[in-house]
Amino acid sequence: MSGLTFKGGVHPYEGKELSKDKPILRFMPQGDMVFPLSQHIGAPAKPVVKKGDRVLYGQMIAEAGGFVSANIYSSVSGTVKSIGKHRVATGDMVESIIIENDGLYEAAEGLPIKDINDMTKQDVIDAVKLAGIVGMGGAGFPTHVKLSPKDPDKIYYCIVNCSECEPYLTSDYRRMLEEPDKLVAGLKIILCLFDHAEGILAVEDNKPECIRNLKELTENEKRITVKTLKTKYPQGAERQLIYATTRRAVNSSMLPADAGCIVNNVDTVVSIYHAIIEKRPLTERIVTVTGDAIREPQNYLVPIGSNVRQLIETSGGFKTTPEKVISGGPMMGFAMFDLDVPIIKTSSAITCFTRDEVAQYEPSACINCGRCADVCPGRVIPARLASYAENGNEEKFLKYNGMECCECGCCSYVCPAKRQLTQSIKTMRKLLLAKKKK
Amino acid sequence: MSDLLNVSSGPHVRSKYTTSKIMGLVLLALLPATGYGIYHFGAGAALIVVISVATCVLTELVYELIMKQKVTVKDLSAAVTGLLLALNMPPTAAWWLPVIGGIFAIIFVKMLFGGLGQNFMNPALGGRCFLVICFAARMTDFNYDGMTQATPLALLRAGEAVNLKDMVFGNIAGTIGETSVIAIVIGACILLAFGIIDLRIPASYIITLIVFMGLFSGRGFDPYYLLAQLSGGGLMLGAFFMATDYATCPITDTGKIVYGICLGIMTGIFRCFGSSAEGVSFAIIFCNLLVPLIEEYTLPKCFGKGGEA
Ligand code: SF4
Ligand code: SF4
Repeated sequence: MSGLTFKGGVHPYEGKELSKDKPILRFMPQGDMVFPLSQHIGAPAKPVVKKGDRVLYGQMIAEAGGFVSANIYSSVSGTVKSIGKHRVATGDMVESIIIENDGLYEAAEGLPIKDINDMTKQDVIDAVKLAGIVGMGGAGFPTHVKLSPKDPDKIYYCIVNCSECEPYLTSDYRRMLEEPDKLVAGLKIILCLFDHAEGILAVEDNKPECIRNLKELTENEKRITVKTLKTKYPQGAERQLIYATTRRAVNSSMLPADAGCIVNNVDTVVSIYHAIIEKRPLTERIVTVTGDAIREPQNYLVPIGSNVRQLIETSGGFKTTPEKVISGGPMMGFAMFDLDVPIIKTSSAITCFTRDEVAQYEPSACINCGRCADVCPGRVIPARLASYAENGNEEKFLKYNGMECCECGCCSYVCPAKRQLTQSIKTMRKLLLAKKKK
Repeated sequence: MSDLLNVSSGPHVRSKYTTSKIMGLVLLALLPATGYGIYHFGAGAALIVVISVATCVLTELVYELIMKQKVTVKDLSAAVTGLLLALNMPPTAAWWLPVIGGIFAIIFVKMLFGGLGQNFMNPALGGRCFLVICFAARMTDFNYDGMTQATPLALLRAGEAVNLKDMVFGNIAGTIGETSVIAIVIGACILLAFGIIDLRIPASYIITLIVFMGLFSGRGFDPYYLLAQLSGGGLMLGAFFMATDYATCPITDTGKIVYGICLGIMTGIFRCFGSSAEGVSFAIIFCNLLVPLIEEYTLPKCFGKGGEA
């Protein structure tokens, strides 16, 4: 069977073999831990500790600053050193709590959560909120908000994004290999919330081991199916994933819930399991440290707040001087200029390249070849959108459906003239979205 | 450490395809037709090819140096224009014809409109049509086997018989690159195999022309006549190599088909009702002008609004 898919997309070099067979190791950070108050979409969290306080592992240090926001927990025990601005991977300075790690991991009590059998639906959502869970695939949208659609009876599909289409990343892959039971249990918890929903585990066909494991595990689960997707970037982009698995189409002015779908990423679903069954808040995630500049590519279980430089050193450091270090994968990640930044809830990988392919090619004139339009999963014409964006032509930009771009990067990847299409379109979209909010 | 790291917006990986690779492949795909032209017409044809390519490349270089612009001849697009212009020349053309044509093509059709990708008209065809208008006699003088001959399409129009086999192999009078259907189709296969072009434009062009000629030429759907129409008059060269020029065709998929249909109709009109029997070059140039309009009306539906299926 050839896998499910969508129109467009590209096949960049996957690079997954670097870290694919490396079991998840626990990373033990030392020294200061940095917890930015904004690790999610929505209002920043509000600190509930102050300088000099002693905090325990698993203790809440900041509480959600609104409905669309998330609690933050300490991933170590130690002392609050300060609260102030600290640099994060995107380059911004963000208000953060800095904790000096005493290395004792003295644990706080588990979350005050009832036994799963005594829980109402609202209890489950409240527990997810309490545990500070957000979308860990990159966007960081608070998960309890996602799990509270207007009409829960109209949710027909709960999809787990197991595609991991971003090149080089293997964190979800390892999680699916090592703890598939937790993934399935997590999905079952989500399904409890939606009586009419079917659970879908959507895996790309370059991970046959995972497909096999998950199929075996869900053999007797009537409400869960494992679906095989064609390996292609961006198979895991929310709208493309929904389309590939359910043939339902979502545009930029809709939420997945409007099409009866809720999509969560692997690490998020496992975190829901941790919260509900083990009563543990979100304090750690899996991070792939990889790229041709890294001596020993690895997958780590990393406490949130750990220092990226330390993590890289634990991976054997750099083989040669890297030209580019990316937080996330090569298609959608952010290039960093400072390594003293923390791992946050949404950091899926640290990818280090000895060579920067972007700097290697200089952008030249568009030859109108149409390759960008061929690969665009949003089915828009990136060449035109980028030109309108560069000339500030908002009207045309909107007419050519500029808002339907999901910023996947396929157009820039494929352009023979090496134009910075995604970058131009992204900038314009940001501007227009900000205008709309006003 | 900080300033050692490159920072740029994603994506951080890029495909290996570049503009010069694409243009290089187009040159490669034109080799069979060029080679056959030289073999068929002799050293004079080779000289025209060299002069034409050199003129185009040098003109672009000098223009960019004078205008203090970035020199872009390395992208090979000027070489492609030069070669296409040569292939559209009669084999006995005087040496200064490709020089004038090349300069006109590069400066007036390409560079003054902003250079590569910005021109609205195919430069090689712009150059050729300029020459046809200015030097009609010299551009339509097809000397072959030591004497001036009419092209097969002119014969056909006059009601005379033509040898179809000769037309397919290229054993006829015509411009340097247009005579051999086989050589052109080999080149077209190269373009298709490397994904440089797709079949939308050539197929819709050719099919439309067949239908049009069948309906309006007065000869009905006579296969012999229609095949001769397809094999002659540079149709194959035009359909696969010049109508598909990226800069001057629509970027939308539907637009490409509409454009091909327009080309078929225009060529048909020129051939049935025009004063000369050819018409491919003028049809392409005319349809180049329609491209912005075609694109405007064939905007694709985006994902989530009907375009996903
Ligand atoms: S891929 Fe690049 S060169 Fe081709 S049409 Fe798009 S922007 Fe232009
Ligand atoms: S325009 Fe947007 S959606 Fe389309 S390929 Fe480019 S980045 Fe992706």
